[in-house]
Amino acid sequence: MKPAPFTYSRPADWGAAVALLQSGARPVAGGQSIGPMLNLRVVQPDAVADLRHLPGFGGVALSGGLCRIGAGTTHAAIEDDAVPGRLGEILAGVARRIAYRPVRNRGTIGGSLAHADPAADWVAVLPAFRGSAVALGPGGERRIALADFVMGLMETALRPDEVLRAIELPTLPAETRWGHWKFCRKPGEFSKATACVLAVPGEVPRAVLAALDEAPLVISDASALLAAPEAEAARIANAVPGLSPWRAALARTALKRAAAMVLETA
Amino acid sequence: MSREGVGASILRKEDVRFLHGRGRYVGDIRPAGMLEVAFLRSPVAHARLIGVGKPEGAEGRVFTIADLEGVGAIRAASALPGFRASGQSVLASGKLRHVGEAIAACVAPSRAAAEDLAAACALDYEELPAIADMLSAREPGAALIHDHWPDNAFLETSREEDLSGLDGIAAAKVTRRLRTARQCMVPMEGRGVLAEWDPRLEQLVVTTSTQQPHVIRTGLSETLGLDEGSIRVVAPDVGGGFGYKAILLPEEIVCAHLAIRLGRPVRWIEDRLEHLTASANCREHHYVVTAWADREGRLLGVELDATVDSGAYSSYPFSACLESAQVGSIFPGPYTLPRFRYRTVSACTNKPPILPYRGVARTGVCYAMETTLDALARELGMTPAAIRLANLVPPEAMPYRNLVGKVFDSGDYPEALRRAVAHFDLERLAQRQAEGECVGFGLATFCEQGAHGTSVYHGWGIPFVPGYEQAMARFSPDGVLEIRTGLHSHGQGMETTLAQVAHEILGVPVARVRVVHGDTALTPYSTGTWGSRGAVMGGGAVAEACRLLGERALAIGAFLLQAEPGQVELSGGAVRRRDGGATVTLDEIARTWYRRPQNLPRDVDTSGLEVTGGYRPDPDTGTHSYACHAVIARIDQDTGEVVLEDYVVVEDGGKLLNPMIVDGQVLGGIAQGIGTALYEEMPFDAAGQPLAGTLADYLVPGATEVPGIRIDHMETPSPWTRFGQKGLGESGAIGPPAAIVNAINDALHRFGAEVFDLPASPERVLAALEEARRGR
Repeated sequence: MKPAPFTYSRPADWGAAVALLQSGARPVAGGQSIGPMLNLRVVQPDAVADLRHLPGFGGVALSGGLCRIGAGTTHAAIEDDAVPGRLGEILAGVARRIAYRPVRNRGTIGGSLAHADPAADWVAVLPAFRGSAVALGPGGERRIALADFVMGLMETALRPDEVLRAIELPTLPAETRWGHWKFCRKPGEFSKATACVLAVPGEVPRAVLAALDEAPLVISDASALLAAPEAEAARIANAVPGLSPWRAALARTALKRAAAMVLETA
Repeated sequence: MSREGVGASILRKEDVRFLHGRGRYVGDIRPAGMLEVAFLRSPVAHARLIGVGKPEGAEGRVFTIADLEGVGAIRAASALPGFRASGQSVLASGKLRHVGEAIAACVAPSRAAAEDLAAACALDYEELPAIADMLSAREPGAALIHDHWPDNAFLETSREEDLSGLDGIAAAKVTRRLRTARQCMVPMEGRGVLAEWDPRLEQLVVTTSTQQPHVIRTGLSETLGLDEGSIRVVAPDVGGGFGYKAILLPEEIVCAHLAIRLGRPVRWIEDRLEHLTASANCREHHYVVTAWADREGRLLGVELDATVDSGAYSSYPFSACLESAQVGSIFPGPYTLPRFRYRTVSACTNKPPILPYRGVARTGVCYAMETTLDALARELGMTPAAIRLANLVPPEAMPYRNLVGKVFDSGDYPEALRRAVAHFDLERLAQRQAEGECVGFGLATFCEQGAHGTSVYHGWGIPFVPGYEQAMARFSPDGVLEIRTGLHSHGQGMETTLAQVAHEILGVPVARVRVVHGDTALTPYSTGTWGSRGAVMGGGAVAEACRLLGERALAIGAFLLQAEPGQVELSGGAVRRRDGGATVTLDEIARTWYRRPQNLPRDVDTSGLEVTGGYRPDPDTGTHSYACHAVIARIDQDTGEVVLEDYVVVEDGGKLLNPMIVDGQVLGGIAQGIGTALYEEMPFDAAGQPLAGTLADYLVPGATEVPGIRIDHMETPSPWTRFGQKGLGESGAIGPPAAIVNAINDALHRFGAEVFDLPASPERVLAALEEARRGR
């Protein structure tokens, strides 16, 4: 379990990083997914660009009701309250349940999202927020709505020469209600079903059903789910094609229980 | 009892080095000039091997079987009638018989470069239909794995008995078809071997992660054509054995050959991918059990049809039939079964060769017997405790010989059951069940034959037969007591327990006792650590060696005290006059022997303060520890997930050498048993491909998946062993699948459902519930 040979480079600035991607290098951040894949020789890139040392890769900044989370911010930092306010509480709760601490110490929110493993936590949760992914390419930055970012199994809206630079999320009022449930038999196992429900006062509630082996299912109006969780969860889960009876039951349960968490805090 | 002798829960001596990260494993040893090996392994389960194309320019660094002149095949035959031996070429020859079988050894200065070489090899083969399932292995027309065999079976065994009258007299009859999954043993440290040629001693030194250094030496000698004196096997710290390291490895033989041939140290370290995909090698059984009982729940008879998936080859030294040939004889368990008919098959399949995992066949057998008993109890409207009490061997019958000739040495089996049940509030549980909760209570009672010796093994005729166990005891000039054993300690805490035994006999403080193990050059021959034999055999041998050493010391001590030998005694690490007069310490006696010999008596035993003692229990048919596992399990009806709410073990291991270490053994075994019950499964597809390649797919329970476990000890001494101790190292891993699935089925049957196959994964539990819902 040793990787096939590749050239390793550590770009000093974002321009150099984009140039490396343009030349076909595979980006790596925390390495918690790509590392094992390299070792298993599932991927055999000729070149790897290590983004960890880029200026401003990690870190959180607030401005005008928007929270900008550097793509290189680790799960551990988010768990340890790097993001302030109600939004931070919600994200910390998600981060705390990602694998186990050594993975969280290295794994990053941007790396996880850009890797787009359907079972990954941020992939499942971030589309619930009305925020965007900030992509940096040769032409500068552009924003992609989080609900549209992950397009399929390990497939994102990023172009081959773009790097995910940050995630921008609106800050949330203290009364925001949140439900998040996933099925993992043990820490570190890939989720077999994840759902979350976000109810921001004055806004239409949103939900996501994920870990479906494909792109997450974004429910942009989850009012019906909150009104009749049992029936609506079953309707949504049963409509997902290709799930085994057990996975369908887990999907149903995930939605139902995430909704129940929101209702319990009403 | 002395403060640190037999029976004292002292802290483990070896933990100082383990807890400070100072353990030294094969992977920690890197001699100068070392080469690393990566194996090119079979990507398919069954094929005719046509050829291996070596990368251009690397012809001298890639070795196939054609390059290994003079290396013999591994041959682990059994003398049991009808056994078919499989020659296992150390690198594939002619055919590929399981995914992961080693085909070529690729040698380079680093493992990564060696893997690059393996990736660059061209492999030419013609795929054959794979035998991926033990039941289809024997269907007419199935492809033959060993071409010259008439069918795909290593061995069949049977016992005849007329059961035809039982239908007419039984109050209940049940039949169950049950399956246990194929597992990986997943020790923390995988296998690993480092081979070097020592030109000065003209000796091959093989440092390897093994439970049986002496047996490996014999196996290497036979396959390499070297005499045993030319081989030294060292087992340094070993990070878990569980049976996974009770095997002569093709990789060991290949590395040894290459080290001699290349004149360089050669190392192979198994990685997790190799472990999961090339070595899923245990536990896979299939049972059809029919049992009859009378109105009181007494068993009238059992018919058993058992198949063990033994994989493609017979491993050295335990052979391909260790499990299946035992299934029949251990099935009656702790019960007074009056009639029994069985048929067992060791099926040959395109999977890694079976190895005896902690518990060996007992885990599956206990699962089959105990779940069938609960099915009978439900049929009769009895409690699980009542049906067991109606069948357990009563204490007044001990020692008890059962209908297949197993002899149980001692114990009160019904009392263990009663004590386990008494730990629970079953009325409260019944109330929860009445309120509709999906929750249940499960029991498993079983016994574990351990430390069985010559009289049991000679009949099997496998490559070794355990005989007398030996230990060496000697004083250093400053009075440190050195114990040398051919056993190996890899988690059992023997560096502590054997020191406690020595202390018990000689009174030397445990801190001044050094236990040396894991090196054929330093220790007496032993078949090693397996079969729950360390405490019984090692404990007995160390006690005997220390007794003999004590006699020598006593004679010198008496002389120094100017007393007759009959006037002195050995106690508290000193020889003292019985009349309460002077004493002389063992340190002083050692100093006298080595450094002041002018003070020795004229008639001193000239062999000195260095002895070898031997031991074998009489009879040596094995001790029987026993236990009752009891558990409450709750089921999430939405997901099928099983939550273990409470777990109690009542265990009788006879006299416990160190109760704290025994607790550790029991807890570790239960963690593995929970894995078997609920988590661990290596699925194979129809082409024989293993489907779980990482520990994110092959789930092993971790700290958060193991509930708090309450252990309650009974201590009924074995009448046959030195201190009354019994072997119990495997016990913890035997009971959990039976107890847990019984608890699950106690919950499920109220909803019309039942699970039969292991592991009882959420998917299987939910499927059972769904099927019941549809059926209603």
